[in-house]
Amino acid sequence: MSTAAQEFLQQAEIKASDLEHRALIQRGMASYESAFDKGRARFADWEAARARLSQIKEEALASLGQNLVEFEKRIVERGGQVHWAETAEQANDYVVELARARGVKTVVKSKSMVTEEIHLAPALEKAGVTVWETDLGEFIVQLRQERPYHIVTPAMHLSRYQIAELFREKLGENVEDADPAKLVAAARVALRKAFFSAEMGISGANFLVADTGMVALSTNEGNGRLTTSIPPIHVVVTGIEKVIPRLSDLAVFWPMLATSGTGQPITTYSTLVRGPRTKKENDGPREFHVVLVDNGRTGLLGNAETQEVLKCIRCGACLNICPIFRHVGGHTYGAIYPGPIGSIFTPRTAGLREWGHLSYACSLCNACKGVCPVKIDLPKQLLLARRDFVATANVKPAERAGFAGFRWATASARRFRWIGWLGGKVASTVRSIGLSGTSFDPTRAWTKYRAPIEFPRQTFRAWWRSNGKR
Amino acid sequence: MTRKVAIFVPCFVDQIAPQAAIDTVTVLRRIGCDVIFPEDQTCCGQPGFNTGHWEAARPCAEHFVRVFSPYDTIVCPSGSCTSMVRKHYPELLASSPLGGDAVALGQRVFEFAEFLVRVAAITDVGASFPHAVAYHPSCHGTRELGIYDEPMQLLRAVRGIDLRPLANESECCGFGGMFSTKFGMISAAMGDAKAVSLEKAGAEYVTTIDPSCLMHLGGIFGATRRKLKTIYLASILACMDGTAASEARL
Repeated sequence: MSTAAQEFLQQAEIKASDLEHRALIQRGMASYESAFDKGRARFADWEAARARLSQIKEEALASLGQNLVEFEKRIVERGGQVHWAETAEQANDYVVELARARGVKTVVKSKSMVTEEIHLAPALEKAGVTVWETDLGEFIVQLRQERPYHIVTPAMHLSRYQIAELFREKLGENVEDADPAKLVAAARVALRKAFFSAEMGISGANFLVADTGMVALSTNEGNGRLTTSIPPIHVVVTGIEKVIPRLSDLAVFWPMLATSGTGQPITTYSTLVRGPRTKKENDGPREFHVVLVDNGRTGLLGNAETQEVLKCIRCGACLNICPIFRHVGGHTYGAIYPGPIGSIFTPRTAGLREWGHLSYACSLCNACKGVCPVKIDLPKQLLLARRDFVATANVKPAERAGFAGFRWATASARRFRWIGWLGGKVASTVRSIGLSGTSFDPTRAWTKYRAPIEFPRQTFRAWWRSNGKR
Repeated sequence: MTRKVAIFVPCFVDQIAPQAAIDTVTVLRRIGCDVIFPEDQTCCGQPGFNTGHWEAARPCAEHFVRVFSPYDTIVCPSGSCTSMVRKHYPELLASSPLGGDAVALGQRVFEFAEFLVRVAAITDVGASFPHAVAYHPSCHGTRELGIYDEPMQLLRAVRGIDLRPLANESECCGFGGMFSTKFGMISAAMGDAKAVSLEKAGAEYVTTIDPSCLMHLGGIFGATRRKLKTIYLASILACMDGTAASEARL
């Protein structure tokens, strides 16, 4: 078993039985669900919108290279720079080198999962640059030196009291009654200073628009606009799959992203940026860089079976509906992207051998498939990842032997009856001599959490033979 | 005219929960079906398929196709196993010589409640079950096969039944096949959350179209010393005298 798999099991054991955590997440998700339902009801035809979004994404991926080149051309025409990074290291090196060359001491960041994925902030800090996360949730988890718990709501695992305590400790602010408005105000004071002292702003991108060469950003706090307009240098770090063909496509993407993510009709601040300030403009960055990150994505793109994984717009709907996410929470996965999409994306891009276990951390309930706004067949992708995990990696010998036995027994009724008889005998013997649930119990994986199965006096087929036929 | 129906009894139902299949036979006969149990059957292959062991699942699925191909109508007391045949065989057997037969067979395999309501057009089988019951819409039955109204119609027609609405009814019970043993702690937590909802609903019994959910939930109820009981849908429908004479052994 890989180290990541062992850690997952340890963390899951703790979180699954943590009833306070369960209650906190259930409350959060109940309010999300009611907002999401209301949000979907605003659409004249939600299913038609899903189909359209899925189709545009398929079209975008089919000509991904052309779309990116067109995007690059327009950015460069306006004096911006585009850097293509095949690996996380290449992307980080580019940004760190740029910061060094321009004498950058302070960076403000708006929320970006890709920068988490490539560990950009630690790379900058190692080079002596101070990095401020400016999304409130990200700011909170940064103060706690934690990873985001959720890709849309990074601090959803914390109560306002925990946040008030954190602010007291780290910012020296005493917030009365942990009042949410006052907590926001305290964070704002700290962040405003950072915005005006930073020499570089780093953002992600929700979409890259090919035909107009624009970067589309959605934020609810306005921190995206401050990050991209105040500091003299703006660097966009984003995955290559974020490109969409046309500006007009945003008419569907923006409301669908907002509704799927939070239930909002549209995110509060929807921003489009397209380059450094021109001679006629009084504000905006003087330098504009876009770093296009591959980091394993072309591997998904090049395979017809897995290409649809790149349709993901990182709305978080599949996490929110996922019963496994709801019980173990975002940190347990040990990966940057938790929940169903992460349990596909991580093994596929960071390695099946180390991360394949995540594809099994799913009961195949299919709830995610029903909510994905771009119609990714998530359960199917999880099954495919499992199939490939079995073919290439780290399967326990006992499991392999078990399925060799399964293959042998289920292709013949005679063998199947015999194995069934044997299994039943073993299980009832274990039970009758009082070994159920102990380490001598071969069914311990079941009985550790459940009452042992009561085996019937006769199987169905025995009943059929004796009196079922009539 | 009597209808000839072959039943597919999932492997674990055969071995562990035979009463679910016995009651299925009882109800099918009551509505006039001539029931056949092809004795060469084994399993649908889902345990191997869902765990990624497609090479182990394929001969099992091929065996299934060979055994059931001669029959026009196949009824199965499990939404999940029905879904395996209808929804996943086309992929699993895509390159098998039996692939074409598998696709055709998928259209002739019906989950039990689906068969009664959609095929046989029967909603009242004359059952009586005066107990507080909550229906758990199992994941594969509901989301893969779109079966929800059918079991509800059947339950509403049961005399004396007190059907309780269940909060978060469509949330998974936590079984998930091998998931229940690979990630037992998560599976158990999900089962516990379902048990809490069932208790809040005031249910005495939980029923569904998938005996596998009940096998897991029954284990959770036992381990957490809850009074809740499990009963498979056909076992409710088989009851005519108002007592759970044939309570599914789950």
